[in-house]
Amino acid sequence: MTAAPGYAPRRTLPLRVEIVRQFKRRRTIVMFGLLLALPWILVIAFQFGPQGNDNGQALRISDLATESGLNFAAFALSVSASFLLVVAVALFCGDTVAGEANWSSLRYLLAAPVPRDRLLRQKLIVALGYSAAAVICLPVMALLAGTLAFGWNDIQVPGTGESIPALDVLPRFGIVIAYALVSQLVVAALAFLVSTMTDSPLGAVGGAVGLWIVCTILQAVEALGVLREFLPTFWNNAWLDALAPELEWSGMIKGASVSITYAAILVAVAFRRFRRKDVVS
Amino acid sequence: MKRVAASAAALALIAVTTWLVWPSGAEVRGQDQTITVVDGPADDQRVQLDTTFFPPPGGGKAPAVLLGHGFGGSKRSVRDEAVRIAKEGYAVLTWSARGFGRSTGEIALNSPDYEVKDVKQLIDWLAERPEVLLDAPSDPRVGIAGGSYGGAIALMTAAHDQRVDAIVPRITWSDLADALFPNTAAPLSATGDAGTSAADGLPEAENGVFKRMWAGIFFGQGVSLDSLALGGRPEATRPLTPEQARCGRFRPEICNVYEQVAKTGRPTQEAVDLLRKSSPITVAGRIKAPALLIQGQRDSLFPLSHADANARAIAAGGTPVSLAWFDGGHDGGDGEVDWVFEQSSAWFARYLKGEGAGQAAPPVSGFTVTRDGGRDPGTRQRVRLHPETGSYPGLGGTATSAVELSGPAQNIANPPGGAPASISSVPGVGGLLGGQNTPGVAIDMPGQSAAFESRPLTEPLQLTGSSTATIRVSGQGGTEATLFAKLYDVADSVQPPSLPAGLVAPIRVAIPEGATSAEVAVTLPAVDHNFAVGHRLRLVLTTTDMGFATPAEPATYQVSLVSPKLTVPTVGTLAAAPGGVAWWVWAMPLAAVVAAAALLVTGRTRGRRPTAVPAGDGPAGEAPGPAVPLEISGLTKAYRNGELAVDDLSFRVEQGQVLGLLGPNGAGKTTTMRMMLGLIQPDGGEVRIFGERVTPGAPVLSRLGSFVEGPGFLPHLSGRDNIELYWAATGRPAADARFDEALEIADLGKALERAVRTYSQGMRQRLAIAQAMLGLPDLLVLDEPTNGLDPPQIREMREVLKRYARDGRTVIVSSHLLAEVEQTCSHVVVMHRGRLVSTGPVSQLLSAAPRPASAGNGHATRLEDVFLDLIGDTS
Repeated sequence: MTAAPGYAPRRTLPLRVEIVRQFKRRRTIVMFGLLLALPWILVIAFQFGPQGNDNGQALRISDLATESGLNFAAFALSVSASFLLVVAVALFCGDTVAGEANWSSLRYLLAAPVPRDRLLRQKLIVALGYSAAAVICLPVMALLAGTLAFGWNDIQVPGTGESIPALDVLPRFGIVIAYALVSQLVVAALAFLVSTMTDSPLGAVGGAVGLWIVCTILQAVEALGVLREFLPTFWNNAWLDALAPELEWSGMIKGASVSITYAAILVAVAFRRFRRKDVVS
Repeated sequence: MKRVAASAAALALIAVTTWLVWPSGAEVRGQDQTITVVDGPADDQRVQLDTTFFPPPGGGKAPAVLLGHGFGGSKRSVRDEAVRIAKEGYAVLTWSARGFGRSTGEIALNSPDYEVKDVKQLIDWLAERPEVLLDAPSDPRVGIAGGSYGGAIALMTAAHDQRVDAIVPRITWSDLADALFPNTAAPLSATGDAGTSAADGLPEAENGVFKRMWAGIFFGQGVSLDSLALGGRPEATRPLTPEQARCGRFRPEICNVYEQVAKTGRPTQEAVDLLRKSSPITVAGRIKAPALLIQGQRDSLFPLSHADANARAIAAGGTPVSLAWFDGGHDGGDGEVDWVFEQSSAWFARYLKGEGAGQAAPPVSGFTVTRDGGRDPGTRQRVRLHPETGSYPGLGGTATSAVELSGPAQNIANPPGGAPASISSVPGVGGLLGGQNTPGVAIDMPGQSAAFESRPLTEPLQLTGSSTATIRVSGQGGTEATLFAKLYDVADSVQPPSLPAGLVAPIRVAIPEGATSAEVAVTLPAVDHNFAVGHRLRLVLTTTDMGFATPAEPATYQVSLVSPKLTVPTVGTLAAAPGGVAWWVWAMPLAAVVAAAALLVTGRTRGRRPTAVPAGDGPAGEAPGPAVPLEISGLTKAYRNGELAVDDLSFRVEQGQVLGLLGPNGAGKTTTMRMMLGLIQPDGGEVRIFGERVTPGAPVLSRLGSFVEGPGFLPHLSGRDNIELYWAATGRPAADARFDEALEIADLGKALERAVRTYSQGMRQRLAIAQAMLGLPDLLVLDEPTNGLDPPQIREMREVLKRYARDGRTVIVSSHLLAEVEQTCSHVVVMHRGRLVSTGPVSQLLSAAPRPASAGNGHATRLEDVFLDLIGDTS
């Protein structure tokens, strides 16, 4: 008898259990609340400004936000993708292991025993699931809020002001969200790696967001030339190409490539380190 | 490779800029001097040319580059470029052309009798310079570059002086008469094809439509030029003579001709002859210097057709010629300063320095077009692509695509006085109006334009060159119709149609006497433009255009299509050149996945060794028997600093024992317990539980319940949720958990439903011990279990542990409360500084201990005394 009856490593820490464990956290609920409330806050904010500023030559995405629900959703995504969603994803993925270490519950899970690889795997799946839900729920809520507030009209493209029929653009919106998910993989993997290295959940979130900010700053240095293309943040706004009159894939493909590359390496490093790590929290 | 080259070029540019602003270092120093030349038809006019010579910065002999300036400029306007070229290792000479800047003389529009003779003498001068490489005595190795006016002199000089070795003319003309009096219509011959415009192959400028605004700007610059701007000149302070006020610094014959044509809007033969004299097209066949012609796509003054004409004439003479259509020109655009410089530099490197001369491929492709590459995803700046092809196909493309146009015959009117006029591009400010990247604002006046439109395209169409169409113009016999043809890109009904590059093709259609209509072939402006799927092509003919002189006489015409076919040239070889997905897009994620797999696989083999070693084969070499609940042998663990936390620790715990793990703080008790749970890996030795070696996550750990270093709960969940979820996390059947028995020990009552964060220390402690007992594990490991409990609870806990061990299970308790251990435990292990000090039954330990003097007062030996004695702290 090597193990207790009924024990099987494959059955430890079921996803359902981990989802419940994470879901009731105040952090989770506040973040989702914020993401779901943001579109409504924006809708209210737009009610204050003067409407119909039509004399501008170069149309910015913010000028067009009130044109239709789709425009509004694109605007909401554009203002949140660069930071808010990054923080949300970093939070879910950075907190997942470091949070357990912080509560001291990590050692009890490991002694239960949940095999280390399995613990990371299950936690990563659940964290990515929450991250994906965060990335999806914002534009979807924005679409809902924008449609209720500004109506269901064709989307107007920033820059040229061209119009694309609303039904044509809906699949494009799917592409935008899918790309946003893929591009956030780097943040997720980075936060996850830091999470396995520290006992402080805020340290993991802050570390990931901090590195993200450094990358964003580096990316503004044009002197780096072609090297910038390999910064994880460089292709962050490539989803804008999906809303251009003509769908342009190359930026998004490169972005996805860079993102997956970093994510694969970072996650592998996280697993490898955690496997042999001395858990002293 | 292109990206690498581009980044290298960008770095080089930074290096050059840094070098320029650096205070010291080998600087390029210009030497100003006045060179006297003699020109004129009879070689009798002395002209002082204001020049600057930039010797090669590296010293020695180098090829020379003559750098001409644009119309209205002077040698000062090309100084930066001159310095940049000199830094590439050339001797550079800039000069103000006669009539410009501080040079004397009058503007003769690059006439062979004047300016060309001047430049030939500049080449003579260069031949005398010690810094300049010579091909032969008085024949320097020399190239000429320049834009617009400076580009034309490059072509003209190369045609008249065989000593010129390479030229890079930019945005310049081939035929000045055609530039100012264009007419792109040709009467349809009997076969219905577009015939050549004139017998000599030259455009029929005599019937051209006067490009009024550009001509005015052009001439005005020569008049107003610098006579007021250059305050340094003493002459400028003098009042202008009537002749100066009229003609500025133009030669009188040019001035006269301009006044004449500007008044009537019709060219005279004299004007055409004069302009042709200054036109490279008449002499380009004689050019032997390899030429790189860089022409702007946004140029309504010297459109792409001028570079086309020059290229064909030069190539006919067997001279190498390359073309580049860049994003720039007299109407604005980006200018692509760096790219243009790179191309010119490569051209001169090949033909002046002889670099790569052995290679078959020219340094610059035969034909390069700048195209919009979307936005840089990082900076959101415009990206420009430079697709190229080996040979220049001409404005007819390598293939043509026929687009069906439709539209009824339409009546259009020429308004009296020619106003209001349609707007296509505004000379001089075109770049400002349309912005750099969007097509200019094009406005057609109602009633003045006829439109013929295609169906929406089913596939994208990349137009590269000049489209052609055939139209019929009906009107009164014996009159001439002046029309302007434009080809719009129409996206949909919402967007305003865009006019590529803001270019129009002016046409003059003569309706013969006695006839009511005339049919002509119209050659539309040469552009490189991508018509997207779903867009329409719209051919528009208007009677007016702001940039041109149109008849003041009111008239009406009816315009219809002769053939619905619009012939659109395409260059397929260009389209295929760049683009595609960079190799790393696929390679990088694949490599990363492989690397990740490698990381994981190598980590696995080192981290996991076989665990199922039977107890009997243990290092102690004991006889096989029932598995020992806990056996520790030679266990060693060092801190990071090398100090040993646990040092060669060995002991074993038998079934049914309640073992006390005793030791002062820092003795290594907790570290040992962590190693029992597989949380930290020993540096040496091993821990076996029920005969199995403990590794991280070893399945045998499921038979062990633990409470180490305080409770660990999710504070936001209730006590019950915590316990239930913990059990669920073990993946074992809920029925095995024995929740009731465990929770009874916790004794939390209703508090069980509250969030753990509201619990007191003692409550958490009890809940944690309950969690350790879930499923009634065979081995229970408790670290300081009575911490934070009150005396009744301590007493109860003591009974619980004793009862637990009585049922055949094993309990290990660490404590610093000696009395606790004495009352609870059957056996004891004493540790000090990581080492085992003593082990055995509590009773044996007490009896074997020497009775210290201090304890000889009749009391029984206490564990405390033994313990202090053992760890050597008797003070």
